[in-house]
Amino acid sequence: MEYFIQQTVNGITLGSIYGMIAIGYTMVYGIIGMINFAHGDIFMLGAFAALITFLILTAIFTSVTVVVALIVMMAVAILMASLWNWTIERIAYRPLRGSFRLAPLITAIGMSIVLSNFIQVTQGPRNKPIPQLVSQVYDVYGISISLKQILIVVITVVMMTAFWYLVNRTSLGRAQRATEQDRKMAALLGIDVDRTISITFIMGAALAAVAGTMYLMYYGVAVFSDGFTPGVKAFTAAVLGGIGSLPGALLGGLLIGLIESLWSAYFSIDYKDVATFSILAIVLIFKPSGILGRPEIEKV
Amino acid sequence: MNSDVILRVEHVTMRFGGLVAINDLSFDVRRGEITALIGPNGAGKTTVFNCVTGFYRPSMGMISMTQKNGTVCNLERMTDFTINREAKVARTFQNIRLFTGLTVLENLLVAQHNVLMRASGYTVLGLLGFRGYRDASKAAIENARHWLERADLLDRADDPAGDLSYGAQRRLEIARAMCTGPELLCLDEPAAGLNPRESLELNKLLRGILADTGTSLLLIEHDMSVVMEISDHVVVLEYGTKISDGTPDEVKNDPKVIAAYLGVDDEEVDEVLEEITHVTDEAQA
Repeated sequence: MEYFIQQTVNGITLGSIYGMIAIGYTMVYGIIGMINFAHGDIFMLGAFAALITFLILTAIFTSVTVVVALIVMMAVAILMASLWNWTIERIAYRPLRGSFRLAPLITAIGMSIVLSNFIQVTQGPRNKPIPQLVSQVYDVYGISISLKQILIVVITVVMMTAFWYLVNRTSLGRAQRATEQDRKMAALLGIDVDRTISITFIMGAALAAVAGTMYLMYYGVAVFSDGFTPGVKAFTAAVLGGIGSLPGALLGGLLIGLIESLWSAYFSIDYKDVATFSILAIVLIFKPSGILGRPEIEKV
Repeated sequence: MNSDVILRVEHVTMRFGGLVAINDLSFDVRRGEITALIGPNGAGKTTVFNCVTGFYRPSMGMISMTQKNGTVCNLERMTDFTINREAKVARTFQNIRLFTGLTVLENLLVAQHNVLMRASGYTVLGLLGFRGYRDASKAAIENARHWLERADLLDRADDPAGDLSYGAQRRLEIARAMCTGPELLCLDEPAAGLNPRESLELNKLLRGILADTGTSLLLIEHDMSVVMEISDHVVVLEYGTKISDGTPDEVKNDPKVIAAYLGVDDEEVDEVLEEITHVTDEAQA
Protein backbone atom coordinates (compact mmCIF):
# COMPACT_ATOMS: atom_id res chain seq x y z
CA MET A 1 0.00 0.00 0.00
CA GLU A 2 2.77 2.40 0.93
CA TYR A 3 4.48 1.54 -2.31
CA PHE A 4 1.29 2.31 -4.22
CA ILE A 5 0.86 5.70 -2.56
CA GLN A 6 4.51 6.48 -3.14
CA GLN A 7 4.12 5.77 -6.84
CA THR A 8 0.91 7.79 -6.96
CA VAL A 9 2.75 10.80 -5.50
CA ASN A 10 5.47 10.40 -8.14
CA GLY A 11 2.84 10.07 -10.84
CA ILE A 12 1.01 13.22 -9.77
CA THR A 13 4.27 15.18 -9.86
CA LEU A 14 5.08 14.00 -13.35
CA GLY A 15 1.47 14.48 -14.42
CA SER A 16 1.48 18.09 -13.23
CA ILE A 17 4.37 18.84 -15.54
CA TYR A 18 2.64 17.10 -18.46
CA GLY A 19 -0.57 18.93 -17.67
CA MET A 20 1.11 22.34 -17.75
CA ILE A 21 2.63 21.62 -21.14
CA ALA A 22 -0.65 20.17 -22.41
CA ILE A 23 -2.46 23.44 -21.70
CA GLY A 24 -0.35 25.11 -24.39
CA TYR A 25 -1.30 22.48 -26.97
CA THR A 26 -4.94 22.59 -26.10
CA MET A 27 -5.26 26.40 -26.05
CA VAL A 28 -3.60 26.83 -29.41
CA TYR A 29 -5.67 24.02 -30.88
CA GLY A 30 -8.81 25.57 -29.45
CA ILE A 31 -8.20 28.99 -30.91
CA ILE A 32 -6.79 28.24 -34.36
CA GLY A 33 -7.37 24.53 -34.79
CA MET A 34 -3.75 23.56 -35.34
CA ILE A 35 -1.29 21.48 -33.37
CA ASN A 36 1.76 23.53 -32.47
CA PHE A 37 4.34 20.75 -32.73
CA ALA A 38 7.07 23.16 -31.67
CA HIS A 39 5.42 23.48 -28.26
CA GLY A 40 7.46 20.62 -26.77
CA ASP A 41 10.61 22.41 -27.85
CA ILE A 42 9.37 25.64 -26.30
CA PHE A 43 9.21 23.64 -23.06
CA MET A 44 12.79 22.45 -23.58
CA LEU A 45 13.87 26.01 -24.38
CA GLY A 46 12.28 27.15 -21.14
CA ALA A 47 14.33 24.55 -19.26
CA PHE A 48 17.51 25.77 -20.95
CA ALA A 49 16.72 29.42 -20.26
CA ALA A 50 16.27 28.49 -16.59
CA LEU A 51 19.53 26.51 -16.62
CA ILE A 52 21.54 29.35 -18.14
CA THR A 53 19.98 31.83 -15.73
CA PHE A 54 20.97 29.58 -12.86
CA LEU A 55 24.57 29.37 -14.07
CA ILE A 56 24.78 33.15 -14.49
CA LEU A 57 23.24 33.73 -11.06
CA THR A 58 25.69 31.42 -9.33
CA ALA A 59 28.59 32.94 -11.23
CA ILE A 60 27.75 36.51 -10.23
CA PHE A 61 26.51 36.02 -6.70
CA THR A 62 28.34 33.56 -4.53
CA SER A 63 25.32 32.83 -2.40
CA VAL A 64 21.77 33.05 -3.67
CA THR A 65 18.78 31.83 -1.73
CA VAL A 66 16.99 29.03 -3.52
CA VAL A 67 13.66 30.83 -3.57
CA VAL A 68 15.10 33.91 -5.27
CA ALA A 69 17.01 31.75 -7.73
CA LEU A 70 13.89 29.79 -8.66
CA ILE A 71 11.78 32.91 -9.14
CA VAL A 72 14.40 34.58 -11.33
CA MET A 73 14.89 31.36 -13.34
CA MET A 74 11.18 31.05 -13.90
CA ALA A 75 10.81 34.70 -14.89
CA VAL A 76 13.61 34.53 -17.46
CA ALA A 77 12.31 31.21 -18.79
CA ILE A 78 8.82 32.65 -19.22
CA LEU A 79 10.20 35.70 -20.99
CA MET A 80 12.38 33.71 -23.39
CA ALA A 81 9.79 31.05 -24.18
CA SER A 82 7.06 33.64 -24.75
CA LEU A 83 9.30 35.59 -27.08
CA TRP A 84 10.11 32.46 -29.07
CA ASN A 85 6.57 31.22 -29.31
CA TRP A 86 5.36 34.68 -30.30
CA THR A 87 8.02 34.86 -33.02
CA ILE A 88 7.19 31.38 -34.29
CA GLU A 89 3.53 32.25 -34.58
CA ARG A 90 4.39 35.48 -36.32
CA ILE A 91 6.76 34.11 -38.93
CA ALA A 92 5.62 30.52 -39.42
CA TYR A 93 1.91 30.29 -38.69
CA ARG A 94 0.29 33.65 -39.30
CA PRO A 95 1.27 33.97 -42.97
CA LEU A 96 -0.28 30.55 -43.56
CA ARG A 97 -3.52 31.20 -41.75
CA GLY A 98 -5.62 31.37 -44.91
CA SER A 99 -3.87 28.34 -46.37
CA PHE A 100 -4.92 24.69 -46.28
CA ARG A 101 -4.97 23.01 -42.91
CA LEU A 102 -1.82 20.94 -43.29
CA ALA A 103 0.44 23.86 -44.17
CA PRO A 104 0.90 25.30 -40.64
CA LEU A 105 1.27 21.75 -39.35
CA ILE A 106 4.25 21.24 -41.62
CA THR A 107 5.85 24.53 -40.62
CA ALA A 108 5.22 23.57 -37.00
CA ILE A 109 7.26 20.40 -37.45
CA GLY A 110 9.91 22.50 -39.18
CA MET A 111 10.01 24.95 -36.27
CA SER A 112 10.34 22.05 -33.85
CA ILE A 113 13.39 20.78 -35.73
CA VAL A 114 14.86 24.28 -35.95
CA LEU A 115 14.51 24.84 -32.20
CA SER A 116 15.98 21.54 -31.05
CA ASN A 117 18.86 21.83 -33.51
CA PHE A 118 19.51 25.41 -32.50
CA ILE A 119 19.86 24.34 -28.89
CA GLN A 120 21.98 21.35 -29.88
CA VAL A 121 24.39 23.58 -31.80
CA THR A 122 24.58 26.41 -29.29
CA GLN A 123 24.45 24.40 -26.05
CA GLY A 124 26.04 21.14 -27.12
CA PRO A 125 24.50 17.69 -27.43
CA ARG A 126 25.34 16.40 -23.95
CA ASN A 127 23.26 16.43 -20.78
CA LYS A 128 23.63 19.68 -18.86
CA PRO A 129 23.44 19.06 -15.13
CA ILE A 130 22.74 21.53 -12.36
CA PRO A 131 23.24 20.84 -8.66
CA GLN A 132 20.33 19.79 -6.52
CA LEU A 133 18.44 23.00 -5.71
CA VAL A 134 15.88 21.66 -3.29
CA SER A 135 16.84 18.55 -1.42
CA GLN A 136 14.54 18.28 1.59
CA VAL A 137 12.58 15.05 1.80
CA TYR A 138 9.77 14.56 4.29
CA ASP A 139 8.71 11.24 5.65
CA VAL A 140 4.94 10.98 5.97
CA TYR A 141 3.84 7.64 7.43
CA GLY A 142 6.54 5.81 5.58
CA ILE A 143 6.03 7.63 2.31
CA SER A 144 8.81 9.96 1.30
CA ILE A 145 7.63 13.18 -0.27
CA SER A 146 10.28 15.58 -1.43
CA LEU A 147 9.92 19.33 -1.22
CA LYS A 148 10.46 19.39 -4.99
CA GLN A 149 7.31 17.38 -5.51
CA ILE A 150 5.30 19.62 -3.22
CA LEU A 151 6.63 22.69 -5.02
CA ILE A 152 5.67 21.30 -8.42
CA VAL A 153 2.14 20.44 -7.38
CA VAL A 154 1.62 23.77 -5.60
CA ILE A 155 2.95 25.79 -8.54
CA THR A 156 0.75 23.80 -10.92
CA VAL A 157 -2.31 24.51 -8.82
CA VAL A 158 -1.44 28.22 -8.63
CA MET A 159 -0.81 28.51 -12.36
CA MET A 160 -4.00 26.63 -13.22
CA THR A 161 -6.07 28.85 -10.96
CA ALA A 162 -4.56 31.95 -12.52
CA PHE A 163 -5.28 30.58 -15.98
CA TRP A 164 -8.79 29.62 -15.13
CA TYR A 165 -9.38 33.16 -13.89
CA LEU A 166 -7.79 34.71 -16.95
CA VAL A 167 -9.82 32.64 -19.40
CA ASN A 168 -13.16 32.70 -17.62
CA ARG A 169 -13.28 36.02 -15.87
CA THR A 170 -11.42 38.62 -17.90
CA SER A 171 -12.29 40.43 -21.09
CA LEU A 172 -9.18 38.95 -22.69
CA GLY A 173 -10.35 35.42 -21.95
CA ARG A 174 -13.81 36.22 -23.24
CA ALA A 175 -12.28 37.47 -26.48
CA GLN A 176 -10.23 34.27 -26.69
CA ARG A 177 -13.28 32.08 -26.26
CA ALA A 178 -15.21 34.14 -28.80
CA THR A 179 -12.35 33.92 -31.29
CA GLU A 180 -12.23 30.18 -30.71
CA GLN A 181 -15.88 29.81 -31.68
CA ASP A 182 -16.12 32.17 -34.64
CA ARG A 183 -13.04 34.09 -35.66
CA LYS A 184 -14.73 36.15 -38.35
CA MET A 185 -17.61 37.16 -36.12
CA ALA A 186 -15.20 38.17 -33.36
CA ALA A 187 -13.41 40.43 -35.84
CA LEU A 188 -16.73 41.98 -36.85
CA LEU A 189 -17.30 42.90 -33.23
CA GLY A 190 -14.04 44.82 -33.23
CA ILE A 191 -11.78 42.21 -31.64
CA ASP A 192 -8.23 42.21 -32.96
CA VAL A 193 -8.11 38.50 -33.73
CA ASP A 194 -4.43 38.35 -34.65
CA ARG A 195 -3.43 39.93 -31.37
CA THR A 196 -5.71 37.60 -29.43
CA ILE A 197 -4.06 34.62 -31.11
CA SER A 198 -0.58 35.99 -30.33
CA ILE A 199 -1.52 36.36 -26.67
CA THR A 200 -2.72 32.76 -26.66
CA PHE A 201 0.67 31.59 -27.89
CA ILE A 202 2.38 33.70 -25.25
CA MET A 203 0.18 32.27 -22.51
CA GLY A 204 0.87 28.70 -23.63
CA ALA A 205 4.59 29.38 -23.77
CA ALA A 206 4.58 30.87 -20.28
CA LEU A 207 3.09 27.68 -18.85
CA ALA A 208 5.52 25.52 -20.82
CA ALA A 209 8.40 27.60 -19.44
CA VAL A 210 7.21 27.11 -15.88
CA ALA A 211 6.92 23.39 -16.60
CA GLY A 212 10.44 23.47 -18.07
CA THR A 213 11.86 25.09 -14.95
CA MET A 214 10.10 22.52 -12.76
CA TYR A 215 11.41 19.69 -14.93
CA LEU A 216 14.95 21.01 -14.63
CA MET A 217 14.61 21.36 -10.88
CA TYR A 218 13.10 17.86 -10.56
CA TYR A 219 15.55 15.91 -12.69
CA GLY A 220 18.56 18.23 -12.45
CA VAL A 221 19.50 17.90 -16.12
CA ALA A 222 18.47 19.40 -19.42
CA VAL A 223 19.31 18.16 -22.90
CA PHE A 224 18.35 19.44 -26.33
CA SER A 225 16.15 16.42 -27.10
CA ASP A 226 14.05 16.96 -23.97
CA GLY A 227 11.40 18.67 -26.03
CA PHE A 228 10.41 15.50 -27.82
CA THR A 229 9.27 12.89 -25.31
CA PRO A 230 7.58 15.19 -22.77
CA GLY A 231 6.13 17.09 -25.74
CA VAL A 232 4.58 13.97 -27.21
CA LYS A 233 3.34 12.86 -23.79
CA ALA A 234 1.77 16.26 -23.15
CA PHE A 235 0.16 16.21 -26.57
CA THR A 236 -1.22 12.77 -25.75
CA ALA A 237 -2.50 14.19 -22.47
CA ALA A 238 -4.28 16.98 -24.32
CA VAL A 239 -5.94 14.49 -26.67
CA LEU A 240 -6.82 12.11 -23.85
CA GLY A 241 -8.45 14.86 -21.80
CA GLY A 242 -10.24 16.24 -24.85
CA ILE A 243 -8.33 18.67 -27.00
CA GLY A 244 -9.62 22.22 -26.66
CA SER A 245 -10.61 21.73 -23.02
CA LEU A 246 -8.44 23.31 -20.33
CA PRO A 247 -9.50 21.10 -17.40
CA GLY A 248 -9.20 18.18 -19.81
CA ALA A 249 -5.55 18.96 -20.44
CA LEU A 250 -4.73 18.91 -16.74
CA LEU A 251 -6.75 15.75 -16.17
CA GLY A 252 -5.10 14.07 -19.14
CA GLY A 253 -1.67 15.08 -17.86
CA LEU A 254 -2.35 13.66 -14.40
CA LEU A 255 -3.71 10.42 -15.87
CA ILE A 256 -0.69 9.92 -18.09
CA GLY A 257 1.67 10.66 -15.22
CA LEU A 258 -0.14 8.14 -13.04
CA ILE A 259 -0.31 5.45 -15.70
CA GLU A 260 3.39 5.83 -16.37
CA SER A 261 4.58 5.64 -12.81
CA LEU A 262 2.16 2.90 -11.73
CA TRP A 263 2.89 0.78 -14.78
CA SER A 264 6.65 1.11 -14.23
CA ALA A 265 6.16 0.21 -10.58
CA TYR A 266 4.08 -2.93 -11.04
CA PHE A 267 4.90 -4.14 -14.53
CA SER A 268 7.79 -3.34 -16.74
CA ILE A 269 9.47 0.03 -17.05
CA ASP A 270 10.32 -0.70 -20.67
CA TYR A 271 6.67 -0.90 -21.63
CA LYS A 272 5.46 2.22 -19.84
CA ASP A 273 5.03 4.17 -23.08
CA VAL A 274 3.20 1.26 -24.65
CA ALA A 275 0.79 1.29 -21.71
CA THR A 276 0.25 5.03 -22.01
CA PHE A 277 -0.52 4.97 -25.68
CA SER A 278 -2.67 1.83 -25.41
CA ILE A 279 -4.86 3.57 -22.88
CA LEU A 280 -5.07 6.58 -25.17
CA ALA A 281 -6.19 4.33 -28.02
CA ILE A 282 -8.78 2.58 -25.88
CA VAL A 283 -10.23 5.84 -24.56
CA LEU A 284 -10.44 7.32 -28.03
CA ILE A 285 -12.35 4.29 -29.32
CA PHE A 286 -15.09 4.81 -26.75
CA LYS A 287 -14.89 8.60 -26.43
CA PRO A 288 -13.48 9.99 -29.67
CA SER A 289 -13.46 13.58 -28.43
CA GLY A 290 -11.52 12.72 -25.27
CA ILE A 291 -12.65 12.52 -21.66
CA LEU A 292 -13.84 16.12 -21.24
CA GLY A 293 -13.95 17.16 -24.88
CA ARG A 294 -17.13 18.47 -26.39
CA PRO A 295 -18.38 16.13 -29.07
CA GLU A 296 -18.67 17.91 -32.36
CA ILE A 297 -22.29 18.31 -33.25
CA GLU A 298 -22.90 19.00 -36.87
CA LYS A 299 -25.82 21.28 -37.52
CA VAL A 300 -27.85 20.41 -40.56
CA MET B 1 -34.96 64.21 -39.41
CA ASN B 2 -31.64 65.30 -40.85
CA SER B 3 -30.85 63.84 -44.19
CA ASP B 4 -27.07 63.89 -44.53
CA VAL B 5 -25.50 60.78 -46.00
CA ILE B 6 -23.86 58.25 -43.68
CA LEU B 7 -22.94 55.56 -46.20
CA ARG B 8 -22.28 56.27 -49.83
CA VAL B 9 -21.84 53.39 -52.24
CA GLU B 10 -20.39 54.62 -55.52
CA HIS B 11 -20.05 52.58 -58.71
CA VAL B 12 -19.32 49.37 -56.87
CA THR B 13 -18.74 46.30 -59.01
CA MET B 14 -17.99 42.88 -57.59
CA ARG B 15 -16.90 40.03 -59.85
CA PHE B 16 -16.27 36.43 -58.93
CA GLY B 17 -14.39 35.12 -61.93
CA GLY B 18 -16.85 35.51 -64.79
CA LEU B 19 -19.85 36.11 -62.56
CA VAL B 20 -20.79 39.73 -61.98
CA ALA B 21 -22.56 39.77 -58.62
CA ILE B 22 -22.91 43.54 -58.40
CA ASN B 23 -22.69 45.77 -61.42
CA ASP B 24 -21.91 49.49 -61.09
CA LEU B 25 -24.12 49.97 -58.06
CA SER B 26 -24.53 53.37 -56.42
CA PHE B 27 -26.84 54.36 -53.59
CA ASP B 28 -26.87 56.41 -50.40
CA VAL B 29 -27.90 55.56 -46.89
CA ARG B 30 -29.02 58.64 -45.00
CA ARG B 31 -28.33 59.24 -41.35
CA GLY B 32 -31.20 58.55 -39.00
CA GLU B 33 -33.18 56.53 -41.51
CA ILE B 34 -33.97 52.90 -42.10
CA THR B 35 -32.86 51.95 -45.59
CA ALA B 36 -34.01 48.62 -47.00
CA LEU B 37 -32.20 46.70 -49.70
CA ILE B 38 -34.62 44.38 -51.48
CA GLY B 39 -34.62 42.23 -54.57
CA PRO B 40 -35.23 38.67 -55.78
CA ASN B 41 -32.97 35.82 -54.67
CA GLY B 42 -29.48 36.10 -56.08
CA ALA B 43 -29.79 39.80 -56.76
CA GLY B 44 -26.56 40.52 -54.89
CA LYS B 45 -27.93 41.97 -51.65
CA THR B 46 -25.75 39.94 -49.32
CA THR B 47 -22.76 40.63 -51.56
CA VAL B 48 -23.33 44.35 -50.97
CA PHE B 49 -23.29 43.68 -47.23
CA ASN B 50 -20.14 41.64 -47.53
CA CYS B 51 -18.45 44.49 -49.38
CA VAL B 52 -19.57 47.01 -46.78
CA THR B 53 -18.35 44.91 -43.83
CA GLY B 54 -14.99 43.95 -45.29
CA PHE B 55 -15.66 40.31 -46.19
CA TYR B 56 -15.07 41.07 -49.85
CA ARG B 57 -13.01 43.73 -51.50
CA PRO B 58 -15.06 45.17 -54.37
CA SER B 59 -13.49 44.80 -57.82
CA MET B 60 -14.25 48.46 -58.48
CA GLY B 61 -15.86 51.42 -56.81
CA MET B 62 -15.88 53.19 -53.47
CA ILE B 63 -17.79 52.76 -50.24
CA SER B 64 -17.41 55.69 -47.88
CA MET B 65 -18.75 55.98 -44.39
CA THR B 66 -19.14 59.42 -42.81
CA GLN B 67 -19.24 59.43 -39.03
CA LYS B 68 -21.05 61.91 -36.81
CA ASN B 69 -17.81 63.72 -36.04
CA GLY B 70 -17.05 64.13 -39.72
CA THR B 71 -14.44 61.37 -40.09
CA VAL B 72 -14.70 59.66 -43.46
CA CYS B 73 -13.66 56.00 -43.73
CA ASN B 74 -13.18 54.22 -47.01
CA LEU B 75 -14.65 50.86 -46.15
CA GLU B 76 -13.41 49.13 -49.28
CA ARG B 77 -9.85 49.59 -48.06
CA MET B 78 -10.43 48.50 -44.48
CA THR B 79 -10.42 44.95 -43.24
CA ASP B 80 -11.58 42.84 -40.40
CA PHE B 81 -11.85 44.36 -36.98
CA THR B 82 -11.12 47.95 -38.04
CA ILE B 83 -14.52 48.12 -39.80
CA ASN B 84 -16.14 47.87 -36.42
CA ARG B 85 -13.54 49.54 -34.24
CA GLU B 86 -12.73 52.55 -36.40
CA ALA B 87 -15.54 52.89 -38.91
CA LYS B 88 -18.27 51.96 -36.41
CA VAL B 89 -20.20 49.64 -38.69
CA ALA B 90 -21.81 46.52 -37.19
CA ARG B 91 -23.71 43.73 -38.87
CA THR B 92 -25.81 40.65 -38.26
CA PHE B 93 -26.15 37.55 -40.41
CA GLN B 94 -28.89 35.76 -42.25
CA ASN B 95 -27.91 32.55 -40.50
CA ILE B 96 -27.42 33.69 -36.93
CA ARG B 97 -23.80 33.75 -35.75
CA LEU B 98 -23.86 33.95 -31.98
CA PHE B 99 -21.13 32.58 -29.74
CA THR B 100 -23.33 29.69 -28.71
CA GLY B 101 -20.96 28.41 -26.04
CA LEU B 102 -20.88 31.74 -24.22
CA THR B 103 -23.73 32.98 -22.07
CA VAL B 104 -26.13 35.64 -23.27
CA LEU B 105 -24.45 38.24 -21.07
CA GLU B 106 -20.97 37.22 -22.23
CA ASN B 107 -22.06 37.64 -25.84
CA LEU B 108 -22.86 41.25 -25.07
CA LEU B 109 -19.65 41.78 -23.09
CA VAL B 110 -17.47 40.41 -25.87
CA ALA B 111 -18.89 43.15 -28.06
CA GLN B 112 -17.48 45.70 -25.61
CA HIS B 113 -14.04 44.09 -25.60
CA ASN B 114 -12.15 47.13 -26.88
CA VAL B 115 -13.51 49.46 -24.24
CA LEU B 116 -12.75 46.94 -21.51
CA MET B 117 -9.26 46.18 -22.79
CA ARG B 118 -8.33 49.83 -22.84
CA ALA B 119 -9.76 50.36 -19.37
CA SER B 120 -7.96 47.32 -17.97
CA GLY B 121 -4.61 48.41 -19.41
CA TYR B 122 -4.65 45.32 -21.63
CA THR B 123 -5.59 43.04 -18.74
CA VAL B 124 -2.48 43.85 -16.67
CA LEU B 125 -3.91 46.72 -14.65
CA GLY B 126 -7.23 44.92 -14.43
CA LEU B 127 -5.59 41.93 -12.78
CA LEU B 128 -3.92 44.24 -10.31
CA GLY B 129 -7.37 45.50 -9.34
CA PHE B 130 -7.12 49.07 -10.57
CA ARG B 131 -10.22 51.15 -10.06
CA GLY B 132 -10.63 52.25 -13.66
CA TYR B 133 -11.17 48.68 -14.77
CA ARG B 134 -13.79 47.93 -12.15
CA ASP B 135 -15.73 51.05 -13.16
CA ALA B 136 -15.45 50.17 -16.83
CA SER B 137 -16.63 46.62 -16.30
CA LYS B 138 -19.53 47.86 -14.22
CA ALA B 139 -20.46 50.26 -17.02
CA ALA B 140 -20.16 47.45 -19.57
CA ILE B 141 -22.50 45.23 -17.58
CA GLU B 142 -24.92 48.15 -17.20
CA ASN B 143 -24.86 48.71 -20.95
CA ALA B 144 -25.43 45.00 -21.55
CA ARG B 145 -28.33 45.03 -19.11
CA HIS B 146 -29.87 47.97 -20.99
CA TRP B 147 -29.79 46.03 -24.26
CA LEU B 148 -31.00 42.85 -22.62
CA GLU B 149 -34.01 44.75 -21.39
CA ARG B 150 -34.73 46.15 -24.81
CA ALA B 151 -34.36 42.75 -26.42
CA ASP B 152 -36.55 41.28 -23.68
CA LEU B 153 -33.89 38.79 -22.59
CA LEU B 154 -33.09 39.99 -19.09
CA ASP B 155 -34.19 36.78 -17.37
CA ARG B 156 -32.03 34.65 -19.71
CA ALA B 157 -28.77 36.55 -19.10
CA ASP B 158 -26.85 33.60 -17.69
CA ASP B 159 -28.09 30.92 -20.09
CA PRO B 160 -25.87 29.73 -22.94
CA ALA B 161 -26.79 31.71 -26.05
CA GLY B 162 -27.34 28.47 -27.96
CA ASP B 163 -30.29 27.57 -25.72
CA LEU B 164 -32.40 30.54 -26.77
CA SER B 165 -35.29 30.24 -29.20
CA TYR B 166 -34.75 31.36 -32.77
CA GLY B 167 -36.50 34.70 -32.35
CA ALA B 168 -34.63 35.41 -29.13
CA GLN B 169 -31.31 34.58 -30.80
CA ARG B 170 -32.07 37.11 -33.49
CA ARG B 171 -32.84 39.80 -30.95
CA LEU B 172 -29.67 38.91 -29.06
CA GLU B 173 -27.63 39.22 -32.23
CA ILE B 174 -29.00 42.71 -32.78
CA ALA B 175 -28.39 43.63 -29.14
CA ARG B 176 -24.82 42.36 -29.43
CA ALA B 177 -24.20 44.42 -32.55
CA MET B 178 -25.57 47.48 -30.73
CA CYS B 179 -23.22 46.90 -27.79
CA THR B 180 -20.27 47.75 -30.02
CA GLY B 181 -21.73 51.26 -30.27
CA PRO B 182 -22.11 51.43 -34.06
CA GLU B 183 -23.29 54.39 -36.11
CA LEU B 184 -24.48 52.15 -38.92
CA LEU B 185 -26.06 48.77 -38.30
CA CYS B 186 -26.45 46.36 -41.21
CA LEU B 187 -29.09 43.67 -40.72
CA ASP B 188 -29.24 40.71 -43.07
CA GLU B 189 -32.84 39.47 -43.19
CA PRO B 190 -33.68 40.20 -39.55
CA ALA B 191 -37.27 38.95 -39.92
CA ALA B 192 -36.45 35.66 -41.66
CA GLY B 193 -38.02 32.70 -39.88
CA LEU B 194 -39.86 34.80 -37.31
CA ASN B 195 -43.55 34.32 -36.57
CA PRO B 196 -45.85 37.37 -36.94
CA ARG B 197 -45.68 38.22 -33.24
CA GLU B 198 -41.89 38.02 -33.14
CA SER B 199 -41.78 40.05 -36.33
CA LEU B 200 -43.81 42.77 -34.65
CA GLU B 201 -41.46 42.79 -31.65
CA LEU B 202 -38.55 43.10 -34.02
CA ASN B 203 -40.07 46.12 -35.74
CA LYS B 204 -40.51 47.75 -32.36
CA LEU B 205 -36.89 47.01 -31.43
CA LEU B 206 -35.55 48.43 -34.68
CA ARG B 207 -37.68 51.56 -34.47
CA GLY B 208 -36.58 52.00 -30.88
CA ILE B 209 -32.90 51.72 -31.83
CA LEU B 210 -33.33 54.41 -34.44
CA ALA B 211 -35.23 56.73 -32.14
CA ASP B 212 -33.00 56.39 -29.07
CA THR B 213 -29.46 55.91 -30.33
CA GLY B 214 -29.59 57.61 -33.71
CA THR B 215 -27.92 54.57 -35.26
CA SER B 216 -28.83 54.38 -38.93
CA LEU B 217 -30.02 51.03 -40.24
CA LEU B 218 -29.42 49.28 -43.51
CA LEU B 219 -31.37 46.08 -43.89
CA ILE B 220 -31.93 43.30 -46.36
CA GLU B 221 -35.42 41.96 -46.19
CA HIS B 222 -37.72 39.62 -48.05
CA ASP B 223 -40.79 40.18 -45.95
CA MET B 224 -42.54 43.00 -47.80
CA SER B 225 -44.80 43.89 -44.90
CA VAL B 226 -41.73 44.57 -42.76
CA VAL B 227 -40.06 46.58 -45.49
CA MET B 228 -43.08 48.70 -46.26
CA GLU B 229 -43.86 49.30 -42.65
CA ILE B 230 -40.55 50.32 -41.18
CA SER B 231 -38.28 51.59 -43.91
CA ASP B 232 -37.92 55.21 -44.93
CA HIS B 233 -36.02 54.48 -48.11
CA VAL B 234 -35.92 51.40 -50.35
CA VAL B 235 -33.31 50.33 -52.88
CA VAL B 236 -34.27 47.51 -55.26
CA LEU B 237 -31.66 45.27 -56.87
CA GLU B 238 -32.02 42.76 -59.66
CA TYR B 239 -29.11 40.81 -61.13
CA GLY B 240 -26.68 43.06 -59.30
CA THR B 241 -28.05 46.27 -60.78
CA LYS B 242 -30.17 48.91 -59.11
CA ILE B 243 -33.62 49.05 -60.73
CA SER B 244 -35.40 51.37 -58.33
CA ASP B 245 -34.61 53.75 -55.46
CA GLY B 246 -37.05 55.83 -53.43
CA THR B 247 -39.69 55.85 -50.71
CA PRO B 248 -41.64 52.62 -50.12
CA ASP B 249 -44.65 54.03 -51.97
CA GLU B 250 -42.66 55.06 -55.00
CA VAL B 251 -40.97 51.68 -55.19
CA LYS B 252 -44.18 49.73 -54.72
CA ASN B 253 -45.67 51.32 -57.85
CA ASP B 254 -42.56 51.13 -60.02
CA PRO B 255 -43.36 48.88 -63.01
CA LYS B 256 -39.79 47.57 -63.13
CA VAL B 257 -40.05 46.36 -59.54
CA ILE B 258 -43.37 44.70 -60.20
CA ALA B 259 -41.89 42.96 -63.23
CA ALA B 260 -38.87 41.78 -61.24
CA TYR B 261 -41.00 40.36 -58.45
CA LEU B 262 -43.89 38.94 -60.41
CA GLY B 263 -41.94 37.71 -63.40
CA VAL B 264 -41.60 38.54 -67.05
CA ASP B 265 -43.93 39.88 -69.76
CA ASP B 266 -46.79 37.80 -71.18
CA GLU B 267 -45.15 37.11 -74.54
CA GLU B 268 -42.07 35.71 -72.88
CA VAL B 269 -44.19 33.49 -70.66
CA ASP B 270 -45.71 31.96 -73.79
CA GLU B 271 -42.26 31.36 -75.21
CA VAL B 272 -41.15 29.58 -72.08
CA LEU B 273 -44.28 27.41 -72.00
CA GLU B 274 -43.76 26.41 -75.60
CA GLU B 275 -40.20 25.39 -74.86
CA ILE B 276 -41.29 23.22 -71.95
CA THR B 277 -43.95 21.37 -73.94
CA HIS B 278 -41.40 20.85 -76.69
CA VAL B 279 -38.91 19.29 -74.30
CA THR B 280 -41.50 17.01 -72.65
CA ASP B 281 -42.77 15.86 -76.05
CA GLU B 282 -39.26 14.92 -77.08
CA ALA B 283 -38.74 13.01 -73.87
CA GLN B 284 -41.94 11.03 -74.37
CA ALA B 285 -41.04 10.22 -77.96
